[in-house]
Amino acid sequence: MIGRLLLRLLFVVALPAVLVAVWWAASNGSTDPFWPPLRTILDTFPDVWTADRLRTDVVPSLLRLLGGYALAAAVGVALGTVIGSYRRVRAVCEPVLEFLRAVPPPVLVPVIMLFAGIGDTMKIVVIASGCVWPILLNTVEGVRAVDSVMLETARSYGVTGFARLRHLVLRSASPQIFAGLRQALSIGIILMVISEMFAANNGIGFTVVQFQRSFAIPDMWTGILVLGLLGFLLSVVFQLVERRVLGWYRGLRATTRRS
Amino acid sequence: MLDVRGLKKVYEGSGRRVEAVRDLTFTVDAGELVCLVGPSGCGKTTLLKCMGGLLTPTSGEVLLEGRKVSGPPPGMAFVFQEYGRSLFPWMRVGDNVELPLKQKDLSKARRRELVRDALESVGLTDAVGAYPWQLSGGMQQRVAIARALAYEPRVLLMDEPFAAVDAQTRADLEDLVRGLWRDRGITILFVTHDIDEAVYLGERVLVLSASPTVVQEQLKVDLPAERDQLHTRVDPRFAELRTHVYEQIQAAKRGVVRDAVTKSDTPPPH
Repeated sequence: MIGRLLLRLLFVVALPAVLVAVWWAASNGSTDPFWPPLRTILDTFPDVWTADRLRTDVVPSLLRLLGGYALAAAVGVALGTVIGSYRRVRAVCEPVLEFLRAVPPPVLVPVIMLFAGIGDTMKIVVIASGCVWPILLNTVEGVRAVDSVMLETARSYGVTGFARLRHLVLRSASPQIFAGLRQALSIGIILMVISEMFAANNGIGFTVVQFQRSFAIPDMWTGILVLGLLGFLLSVVFQLVERRVLGWYRGLRATTRRS
Repeated sequence: MLDVRGLKKVYEGSGRRVEAVRDLTFTVDAGELVCLVGPSGCGKTTLLKCMGGLLTPTSGEVLLEGRKVSGPPPGMAFVFQEYGRSLFPWMRVGDNVELPLKQKDLSKARRRELVRDALESVGLTDAVGAYPWQLSGGMQQRVAIARALAYEPRVLLMDEPFAAVDAQTRADLEDLVRGLWRDRGITILFVTHDIDEAVYLGERVLVLSASPTVVQEQLKVDLPAERDQLHTRVDPRFAELRTHVYEQIQAAKRGVVRDAVTKSDTPPPH
C-alpha cells in the first residue's frame, strides 16, 4: 500500500525533477544577463515574493481572476441553459456566438479600456469576456444533450420548472459544463496577466513587466515561476472540486466501460 | 377508472405522415391488471404515452376517473423500458425515489417513510445509498418500480419494463409486479411484446393489431389468481391462452382484423 503510494508519487515528481535538473545544469555557468542561472533565480525568489508582495500583487491578481471567472461562469451557464433549451433561440444566436468566440479576447483589452477605464472593472471584464465562451458553448451542448427518457420521466412525475432545472438539466449537463470551466480557467489566467500588462499599478503581470523594464531579470524570472505555480495550484483545486461534483460521472463511465 | 375513447395519434414531420394509432377504445376497471400485447412497432408505446399525458392524441381522449388527461396526472406513475435512462445517475437510489415526492406537498418524515416502504416492497432496502449504476439491470428496474410506488399512484403504466433484463430476473420481476398488484390494489396497465408474459401477468389481455393500431381482441385470463412461474406456465389452460393470443398476433401481422373493438370473453378451448 505504502509502496504503491510512493511509486505513484515518484511518477508524479520524476519528470518535473528531471526538467528542473536540466534547467539547473544548462543555466549553471550562464553569464548571459537575460538567461540567469536557475540558482540565481531561486536565490532571488524569497527576496522578491515576500508576504508584503503577496498581499499587494498576488492577492489583487487572484481577486480579479476570481471575479472575472465567477462572472463568466454565471453568465455562461445561465445564457447557455437558455440557448440550449430552446431551438429557436439557438438558431438565432449560433452564428453570432461563432463570430464572437472567434475574436481573440486580448484584442478586446483596448476596446474594453475605452469604456471600462483602466481599473479593476476593466480587468474583470476582460477576463470574463474571454472565459465566458467555452463555458457558454459547452453548457449549450450539455443542455441540448439531456436524455429524452429522463426528460419524460421528470415530466411524468411532475418534476418541472426550477426543480427540473436543478435536479435534471444542470446535473445532466454538468460534465460538459465542467469541461468548459476547465478550459476557461487557463484562458482566465492568461487574460489576467495580459490585462495587468496593459495598464495597472499592481498584480503579477504588472510586476513581471516592471522587472523586465528595470532590467531586474532574475526577479522577472521569479514572476514567471510564480505564475506557473499559481496555474498549477488552481488546476489542483479545480480537480478536487470536479472530483467531488462529478464523482457519479466517473463511476458511471467506469461501469459502462467495464460492461 | 381508465377510459380510452377513439384514440388516434398521427405523427407528422418532414413530409412523412405516420398513423401510429388509428382508433382505440377500451376501458380498464379500478384495481385491474391489464396487459397490452401486440406486434412490435404497433404503437404500444405511443398509446401508453398518450394515456400518461406525455403525448397529446390527434383525436379521441383518455379519461382517468372521469377526468380528461391533458398532462401527466398526479395519480399516475410511469415505469419506462429504459431503466438506465430513466433513473438519474447523479442521485443515489433513495434520492431518485424521493425526488418526485418533493414536488408533492409532503413532510420530510412522510417522504422518508414512503421511500423506505417502497424500497422494502421491491426488496432493495439496503441499496438506498447506492448509485443506480452500481446496481444490476434488474435491480435498477426495481428502483424504478419503487419510485413509482412511492409516488402513491392509483394507476401504474408500465412500458415493456422487463424487455431489457435477463430471463431469470424477468421471472422474478413478473412475480414482484403481481405481488404488488395484489397487495396494494393499484390499477396496472402493462405493455409488453412478450405473449407469455402478458398471459402470465394479466387478468385481461388486450391484443393490438399492427400499425395503424386498433384493438384486435380483448381476452379474459381465467387462470387462478395465485400464480407462480413453475406451475402456471405448465397449466394446460395457460398453453391454450397463449396459443390463442399468438394466433391473434399472427393474424394482426397479416392485417386480418376480426371484428375489432368487440369484447370477446374467454377463447374456446382448442
